[in-house]
Order: sequence, then C-alpha cells, then structure tokens
Amino acid sequence: MSSASHTQPVVPPAVTEPASRASVMTRPGADAVKVKGWLRAHKWLLLRRLSQLGILALFMLGPWFGLWIVKGNLSSSLTLGVLPLTDPYLLLQSVAAGQVPYKEALLGGGIVAAVYLLLGGRLFCSWVCPVNMVTDAAAWLRRRLGIKGGKVPSEYTRYWLLGFTVLASALTGSIAWEWVNPVSMLHRGLIFGFGLSWGIVLGVFLYDLLIASRGWCGHVCPVGAFYGVLNSAALIRVTADRRSRCDDCMDCFAVCPEPQVIRPALKAVAQDHPLILDKDCTSCGRCIDVCGKDVFRLTTRFDRSES
Amino acid sequence: MLALGVGLYGKEASARPAGAIRPPGALAEQDFLAACVRCGLCVRDCPFDTLKLSELGDNVATGTPFFEGRKVPCEMCDDIPCVKACPTGALDRELTDIGKARMGLAVLIDQETCLNFLGLRCDVCYRVCPVIDKAITLELVHNPRSDRHAMLLPTVHSEHCTGCGKCEHSCVLPEAAIKVLPYKLAQGKSAEHYRKGWVEREAAGGSLIGEQQQLPMRGLEDRKYGDTRVAPGYVPPSAAPVKPGGIDSGWKP
Repeated sequence: MSSASHTQPVVPPAVTEPASRASVMTRPGADAVKVKGWLRAHKWLLLRRLSQLGILALFMLGPWFGLWIVKGNLSSSLTLGVLPLTDPYLLLQSVAAGQVPYKEALLGGGIVAAVYLLLGGRLFCSWVCPVNMVTDAAAWLRRRLGIKGGKVPSEYTRYWLLGFTVLASALTGSIAWEWVNPVSMLHRGLIFGFGLSWGIVLGVFLYDLLIASRGWCGHVCPVGAFYGVLNSAALIRVTADRRSRCDDCMDCFAVCPEPQVIRPALKAVAQDHPLILDKDCTSCGRCIDVCGKDVFRLTTRFDRSES
Repeated sequence: MLALGVGLYGKEASARPAGAIRPPGALAEQDFLAACVRCGLCVRDCPFDTLKLSELGDNVATGTPFFEGRKVPCEMCDDIPCVKACPTGALDRELTDIGKARMGLAVLIDQETCLNFLGLRCDVCYRVCPVIDKAITLELVHNPRSDRHAMLLPTVHSEHCTGCGKCEHSCVLPEAAIKVLPYKLAQGKSAEHYRKGWVEREAAGGSLIGEQQQLPMRGLEDRKYGDTRVAPGYVPPSAAPVKPGGIDSGWKP
C-alpha cells in the first residue's frame, strides 16, 4: 500500500456524504488500522489495559492465590511488606476532617503525590484507575450505537466538586467523597467484595452512555480533578509534532477523553509549540493510536520540536 | 451543595447497626470515619477471618472494617496485628495490651431466655470468656422459684470486658441472650454530682456527717446495727413465737 492511496476518500463515491461521516464517527481509527495494522493502531490502548489489569492483578494475587505481593487497595496499600502507598486525595480529606494520619500514610501519600507530580497526575486516570475501563466501554458503546445529545455538565464541575468534598469533609468530620466514590468502590469491590456497590459503577456507565459523553471522567470525578492538579507540571506529554500532516479526519477528537486539549497543540491556537500541556490531558495515547498520519507521539514537556 | 449533601448523607449513614463491632483500638465512630481510608490492611492481617470490609448494603459505612461477634468473634491476639497494620491511625497504636481493648460491652440482654437465669447450669458464656472470672463472673443467688436451689447468674463487669464477642458467639440459644453492644447503647451514665455514701465514707475513713444516732429496731435488739438478715429458726427475743414461714415453712408439695 502506498501512502498516496490513503489521501483518497475511504468510502466509494456512491455512498452519500452524511453516511460516510457517520461511519467515520462510529469507527474512528479505521484509517489508522489500514495504514499501521490493527496491533500498532491499538498499541497504547493495549499497553494501558495491560497496565490497568496488571495493577489490579497485583492486588488480586493475594486473595486469589495467596501471593501477597500487594496488600490493601488503591486507597492505601503495602507492597512486599515495605512500601506504603496511600491516596493523597484521601489524606487531604482526612486532614480536613481533623485527623492527623500516622507517618506510614503520610509517607505513602507523599510517594504517590511525588511520583504523579513528576510524571503526570492524570496518568492515574488512564493507566491505573479501574473506572477508566468502565467509561471507555461506555464511550465505545455510545459511538457504536450512535447515541447523541444528553446533558454534559461543565468541565469545571470536577474542580468545584474537588473543593466541595474537602469542605464537606471539614464540615462533617468524615472523608466525604468516600461515601459515593466509584473509583474506590470498584477497586475495593473487585478485591474485597461488592455488595451493592456495583450499582454505583453501573450508574457511572449508564451516565456516560446515555446522559453525558465522557461525563464522569471528563467532567464530574473529583479524584480525576485532584490528579489533574498534580498534572500541571507533568513530565510525560503528548506532542503533535507532525501536525503539518494532519488531514482533519477528526478521529483524535472522536476518541480523546478530553477533546478540548488537542486544539491548541494541533491547530496552534494560543500557542506556537505542538506540545499538549493542558492539565486535563491524561496521556492515554489513544490519539497516537487512531491517527493514520502519525501526527502524535509521547515525549517530555521539554521537547517542543516540530517535524 | 452536592458535596455538602453527600457529607450529610454520609453522617446519617454512619449510624452503624448495634451488631457491627469495630476492630480493637478503633477511634470513636466519628473520628474513625475521618481517619479510616478503607484500605482493608487490617482485614488482611487478621489471622482469623474475623474482620471484613463492609459492602454497600451492610449498613456500615461502605468499605470500613467491622466484625459480628455472633458470626466470627475477635480472638484477641496478643500482638494485635490489625492495629499494627493500620496506616492512618484509625486503629490507635496506643493500644498495646489487648486486654485494654474496648470494642464494645457484653450485655446479658435477655434474662427471660438465658438458661442460667432459668436456674440451669449452662455457663457457656462464662466458660469461653477470655477474661473469665473478671469480665464475666457467676453470681450466686437464691432461686425463688424452686425455693431450694441456687441460680448462678452470668454477670458482665465493664472494667474488664473487651467486647470480643466470644460470649455472644457461643451462646447456645438460637438467638443469643448475651450480646456485645456499642458502649453508647450498653451503658447508662451517673450524673456527675452523684456520690456513693459507702464509698465516700471508706475514702474519708469515717462518716462525713458524723456518727448518726442509732435508733432501736424492734425485734432486732440483739443484732449488730444495720443487720436485718433473718437466720433460719431465728426468733426475735422481743417477739412472741410465730409460726415458721418462708424457707423453713415445712411445706411439701
């Protein structure tokens, strides 16, 4: 196959314009699969699933096979009996509620915060958080079923909610967001048993499927907002350094969980370099996968080169 | 507003059922909910499958650790691994002697079905108590029903009971007559100004209001002041002989 053939319309001329656009929107990345092959067109998606399921598997090895490499869950864990890790967002709420945690929790929270602050906070959302698989599934099904409309809250809702959960923790003297947090409910449910918590996870799935496209992770979740704050100086960033090749197929916008982050880098809006520096970008790499023109790649925030 | 609502809902939902007991060393419920991050490390280090994390629907704050004495009681490990495992201090490491744990308080809640209260010798709760003869004693009292037997009543003493739940677990009845309850439910509280005269007198080495005039009690002139017990066959010197009654009535069924 020559690259020239792909500049031609993918659909036969007989197909009407609206139908072709619909097929592109329901199957973004079809072009990339043709150019790069299925495996390379799903490289980062597969790596992310491997990371998400692998981390989950580390927690499950204990209860399932008695191999206690990691004990606990994402809220707080102990690895190999020495490495404590604690969710700093939980600690923030706990401190707001008037408790001073032991040094293990503070050390664990410090390690987690430092690593995410360095590499990029929202790597948690796309590479670790189990809810990502739920909302990705909802987004995929929403595209396939062609569900449109609904009511999407402002993307700043999550930051307001982040502030309010900390305030509510202080006012009620308890870790407020844990009463409903689908992230910990899903992860803890898989490891320790669900009870009725699966209902909350199903609620998130249906919310994203029927009401708000990318609603939970992209607009509501205060956990993501917290890690978004830690994402401000992320080392790992996506660059659109070959943006001159872009043929405006819109596939990257269709799959991106935070589509608003692409435009400044890809179309040079309010910035001249091709780096996606928006703190909402989760560095999931899905745009790299679906681009048949290889416009995007993962790099560091200091690499502003363009080719 | 949403988050505030969530918090208030949480506060409402934090009313935990009486049968759900927190692990040893747990802070008071309100502080516990501010400190516990619901990681389950205490559950993992519990060697006896006693502790579990609540699931949505258990009516205990979702994801927090608890146990039910009737199902699996606390075995009161000497090294208290659950407390050591807690990274946040929701389980307080000040607790190093499991005998000082106060997870709840056993209460012999149903005297109508307790076999010992019916005059039988079950004694199981007393026998299994890890703090036997301190946390639970058998108190000997007269059985007024048969009029000739004793009842040995299992009696809980709050200064020694850890709330481990062993008594509740082993009660032979289909529904336990002895139950471990949260302190709030299990105990009353004296008003702060209450003084016990006999305690005060002992502490002061004598009556605080001076010795009282002793009035004669008719029929008990030869007894020590205050001794009103009636011994079998005792005939008060000042009273005319009366037909014996009560325990020595001589009546036979």
